[in-house]
Amino acid sequence: MLESNKDSAKLDAMKRIVGMIAKGRNASELFPAVVKNVASKNIEIKKLVYVYLVRYAEEQQDLALLSISTFQRALKDPNQLIRASALRVLSSIRVPIIVPIMMLAIKDASADLSPYVRKNAAHAIQKLYSLDPEQKEMLIEVIEKLLKDKSTLVAGSVVMAFEEVCPERIDLIHKNYRKLCNLLVDVEEWGQVVIIHMLTRYARTQFVSPWKEDGGAEDSEKNFYESDDEQREGTERRKKPYAMDPDHRLLIRNTKPLLQSRNAAVVMAVAQLYWHISPKSEAGVISKSLVRLLRSNREVQYIVLQNIATMSIQRKGMFEPYLKSFYVRSTDPTMIKTLKLEILTNLANEANVSTLLREFQTYVRSQDKQFAAATIQTVGRCASSISEVSDSCLSGLVCLLSSRDEVVVAESVVVIKKLLQMRPAQHGEIIKHMAKLLDSITVPVARASILWLIGENCERVPKIAPDVLRKMAKSFTSEDDLVKLQILNLGAKLYLTNSKQTKLLTQYILNLGKYDQNYDIRDRTRFIRQLIVPNEKSGALSKYAKKIFLAQKPAPLLESPFKDRDHFQLGTLSHTLNTKAAGYLELSNWPEVAPDPSVRNVEVVELTKEWTPAGKAKKENPAKKFYSESEEEEDSSDSSSESESESGSESEEEADSSEDSSASSPNEQEGESASESEGRSKRTAKKSWKTRAKSDSEDEEKENEKSKSSDSSSAESSSAEGSSSDAESESESDSGPDSRKVTKEKEGRPKQARSTLPKDVSLLDLDDFNSVSTPVALPTPVLSPSLRADLEGLNLSTTSSVINVSSPVFVPMKTHVLLHRMSGKGLAAHYFFPRQPCIFGAKMVSVQITLNNTTDQKIENIHVGEKKLPAGMQMHAFSPVDSLEPEGSVTVSMGIDFCDSTQTASFQLCTKDDCFSVNIQPPVGELLLPVAMSEKDFKKEQGMLTGMNETSALIVATPQDFTPSVILQKVVNVANVGAVPSGQDHLHS
Amino acid sequence: MIHSLFLINCSGDIFLEKHWKSVVSQSVCDYFFEAQEKAADVENVPPVISTPHHYLISIYRDKLFFVSVIQTEVPPLFVIEFLHRVADTFQDYFGECSEAAIKDNVVIVYELLEEMLDNGFPLATESNILKELIKPPTILRSVVNSITGSSNVGDTLPTGQLSNIPWRRAGVKYTNNEAYFDVVEEIDAIIDKSGSTVFAEIQGVIDACIKLSGMPDLSLSFMNPRLLDDVSFHPCIRFKRWESERVLSFIPPDGNFRLISYRVSSQNLVAIPVYVKHNISFKENSSCGRFDVTIGPKQNMGKTVEGITVTVHMPKVVLNMNLTPTQGSYTFDPVTKVLTWDVGKITPQKLPSLKGLVNLQSGAPKPEENPSLNIQFKIQQLAISGLKVNRLDMYGEKYKPFKGVKYVTKAGKFQVRT
Repeated sequence: MLESNKDSAKLDAMKRIVGMIAKGRNASELFPAVVKNVASKNIEIKKLVYVYLVRYAEEQQDLALLSISTFQRALKDPNQLIRASALRVLSSIRVPIIVPIMMLAIKDASADLSPYVRKNAAHAIQKLYSLDPEQKEMLIEVIEKLLKDKSTLVAGSVVMAFEEVCPERIDLIHKNYRKLCNLLVDVEEWGQVVIIHMLTRYARTQFVSPWKEDGGAEDSEKNFYESDDEQREGTERRKKPYAMDPDHRLLIRNTKPLLQSRNAAVVMAVAQLYWHISPKSEAGVISKSLVRLLRSNREVQYIVLQNIATMSIQRKGMFEPYLKSFYVRSTDPTMIKTLKLEILTNLANEANVSTLLREFQTYVRSQDKQFAAATIQTVGRCASSISEVSDSCLSGLVCLLSSRDEVVVAESVVVIKKLLQMRPAQHGEIIKHMAKLLDSITVPVARASILWLIGENCERVPKIAPDVLRKMAKSFTSEDDLVKLQILNLGAKLYLTNSKQTKLLTQYILNLGKYDQNYDIRDRTRFIRQLIVPNEKSGALSKYAKKIFLAQKPAPLLESPFKDRDHFQLGTLSHTLNTKAAGYLELSNWPEVAPDPSVRNVEVVELTKEWTPAGKAKKENPAKKFYSESEEEEDSSDSSSESESESGSESEEEADSSEDSSASSPNEQEGESASESEGRSKRTAKKSWKTRAKSDSEDEEKENEKSKSSDSSSAESSSAEGSSSDAESESESDSGPDSRKVTKEKEGRPKQARSTLPKDVSLLDLDDFNSVSTPVALPTPVLSPSLRADLEGLNLSTTSSVINVSSPVFVPMKTHVLLHRMSGKGLAAHYFFPRQPCIFGAKMVSVQITLNNTTDQKIENIHVGEKKLPAGMQMHAFSPVDSLEPEGSVTVSMGIDFCDSTQTASFQLCTKDDCFSVNIQPPVGELLLPVAMSEKDFKKEQGMLTGMNETSALIVATPQDFTPSVILQKVVNVANVGAVPSGQDHLHS
Repeated sequence: MIHSLFLINCSGDIFLEKHWKSVVSQSVCDYFFEAQEKAADVENVPPVISTPHHYLISIYRDKLFFVSVIQTEVPPLFVIEFLHRVADTFQDYFGECSEAAIKDNVVIVYELLEEMLDNGFPLATESNILKELIKPPTILRSVVNSITGSSNVGDTLPTGQLSNIPWRRAGVKYTNNEAYFDVVEEIDAIIDKSGSTVFAEIQGVIDACIKLSGMPDLSLSFMNPRLLDDVSFHPCIRFKRWESERVLSFIPPDGNFRLISYRVSSQNLVAIPVYVKHNISFKENSSCGRFDVTIGPKQNMGKTVEGITVTVHMPKVVLNMNLTPTQGSYTFDPVTKVLTWDVGKITPQKLPSLKGLVNLQSGAPKPEENPSLNIQFKIQQLAISGLKVNRLDMYGEKYKPFKGVKYVTKAGKFQVRT
């Protein structure tokens, strides 16, 4: 049929062949006939031939070569799908002769315009490497090139290739580290797993350990509220002995959203990253997500539970709140049950042990006897680790001895033996009881345990012990080896302590042992006989026989089987198997001193590294996006009446649009070169800014005047331009469009004010630098929430009918003391303004209060008591905190409507025992609401409002800090404002 | 990464194998069979098995074992998750993931596996993309194909593969534009003997069926988003938007997909909609026992509880059961010892009950523990957590879509200890 002219016949034949392959039957004799069809026009036949070829090429190398030329042709095909699949098949044919051809193809493909082809090239690297490891050097070059790729499609695959080919070449990652961190969210899920694992290893080699200090607690929570902490990170470094490398922080922050991935592997990867590299205080966020995975399939549960078991040994606290999620259901498979039990044991502490034991009682009666036995062991472990309950555990276990099931009884005997050994107190009763059990129990381990116990405590039960020995002597021959050994031991011990009664019995047993089939037993018999039975040869040792046999034996330590697993990286195959799997890469220890962090710096990043609010996501994006993005923004703002939303989704859209531009641009190179030139021009623009700033400081007064008249005419401006320095006029030609871009970057949010002509902007630019070291008048429209309504009314008459509340440009981390720990009897409270829209009401300002317990006792029931508020003010109290552990801290949020005044809100902060009066007085800046509006609107508003609400504050700026960004930063530090997106004045809001 | 895949049915036949690197002999599965034998129960086969040269990672789905062969270190969840994705894809393509379906469509299965994995690394796993590459089999298409000789393999690269929204294909067109959301909540609970709740939790999912033309940008908001304690998202959801505003904003994939799954914070008290009165006892030294179970409604917010099924795994010594239900019907399988009682709806006037005698193996000791009852139920038009969808807005497209939200509450792992 393959020879047929008809495609349908060929297809049918190929389908049958594939069916054979699928069943594992050999179809290799058809090779020549199939290979002929490799050039078929029909794409389905072609694909099936590929399947066949990949399967059998290894066996029929010579014939496979016939097909190579077809692939080489296909590699030049205009259709990217065909190029990619040709490369895929070519690299999958494991024929050593074609290595050079493959190498060439990979090199070409890695420079292909289509990211899909480049992705396939990354895959081909691994295949070639496994075929011929000698190509390593050349392949590393290709990997290096592909690592620079900006496409999210390629990132996962190339990192995979990196891991496979050259995991030791960590230096290749440096330059791409930040890019990988930033792209991570957009990479497909499988790539995310690989990248996260790689970055975990990277972080362990490049950053210093964040674990040394417990101080990580303060900076943990707050960081996540911030859009940028690069700046803060800088200041922190000066203050604190340990400061996390910003890149380290970047990784931790960028992986956090992935905890909510639907892919369990991604969640696990992030969890292990947090476990291994984040400060201990922050690792808590992963527990919730891991517990969520427990709803998943049996196999996922199994792996996740294993990892939780390991984690719960080291840090109990992490999973304690989720204790009940680990309760066992009767329908769980046994392996899941035992793992859950393991975790429950690890989590047991004084507080919860009684609930746990009650739960265990149910398990012990389970129909699944294997599980019941495991539960008994667990009870033993609880009893040994928590001394308060060991007595009740012991009595519970003794009750179980009367159970009807043998496995249960045997297991309890073994556990009781271990427990008694640990606490050699008076437990004669139990031992007697167990001695009676000897008649009924048949499980060898249990019998051996009882005999051992009696032997150890033979002095405490002098009457029973010889009797037991007598019974055992009777049944000696039919016992298990394990029991026989214990009988011998018991005999020896009794002989030493009570030789009158047991001398003959022991000798009888020793005689039996002498002719036993098992050589261990014969050995032991001979040894014991020499040791205890006095004869002329063995003088020296037999004196010490008593000491040898009745020495104090150290109690066994009941430990978790997961104790030693933590040296494997979590989430890996090696961890699951608890043996080192092939290709496992050790996680290195933290370095003592961090390697030079500057290796990660990339040119483009340097340019924008100056303080740019919320600018992080933009760093890598090519310049083009500014245009495409603003279009997008316009679209969405058209359709949404309240475009508050924009700020939130903005950075994502940015990422999107940058993707779009790179994907849709017909020629990538072009885009890149564009962005480069863009960068260059930005740099020049910046230079000119600085020079201008200096010149401005000279005629600063003049500028001030100008800025007050907000309608600075173009004539005036141009005259000012004339008076400014040469540098300015030099760069004037391109400063128009460029400065517009720079401004945009500053604001952190693009705007719709595209109507502003470039020319206008360049003129207005001059006004940028007014009033620097003088007290700054802020003629601000105080757009606090309540005023918003008024303004909305006003706005009806104007062109723009919407107030766009923008996201806070900057959130200062300054906290204010609400209640000092001395006056609060150990309860300390701090508050700060997170500058987020309040969730309790539109008019309210949200306040975050951090409560700290500095005492060594629990503080219970923290709540807001009596409120003493001025008229009109309202407050939404935080929900009461039930209890606060010693050294614990909790952050609560509340909302206060200050009525746009700076009046103090007083209320009582109550605990269970005490009440403390506290006050919150808001700084003016916190009452403001950042609003995004166009320049035109702003001027209009300003004109209407001047004189109504003016507040001034002194900003001290050192002369060398005369860059606009610094001023802007200082302003946003004190007030919750956003910069007006215009060329007119950054200091307005 | 993933080296080979073997599909094995319940009776231990390897009926499909696929290798992505060099061929691994079928004999590697012997280790798997060994473990399977040791485990006794299919549920207990360890997912990860170590053999001298390979590692076997397996999943058990729909009476089939998917066994993958691994040679080097790889996160096991990565493989497990992928295998489940493969099974999901089969389900999606053939309507069921069974041996028969796979055998009938072996060529499509092979083509799918070829596309999903390249050299052991996942390539395309989004069903939207796969469906463009390889068209799912329909009767109509197979007829057309046999006449025209055209193929069911797409010849262009799916646009989604290249864009930054890989889950949606371009150029979707519908005459009726619809968007449906199913809010499904499941109550997981353990109720102890005395009827008090040991553990209860609500797990929910929102499944969406979106048939909208073009590139719609949807945003779904809730009346009470703060209820959602822990959420996992479909990749299409914009995380930042959720963080800042608690609004689900996304460009949806085409067709059916799971939008989010969530857990309702455990601090909230969970309303348990049914209560069970039970009296199961086995008499000492006699070959019979009593069985009496009554179910009644409780805290059901005025909605009827329906679709109730009670499943009980009776102890091994139970030979037969002789029961009379006041409502519904029951079956007892003497081999697996599973009692199933299909109750149906609860009417508060007359509570359904199941009473009767249990025959035990004579001479065997009486079982120590009473079996626990697994209960299934369903409540329509109610999300037990109180979650409510506020509104759905669409941007980016001009037409008016038809929107709908459905709420269902079900029993998840709902167990009553007796």
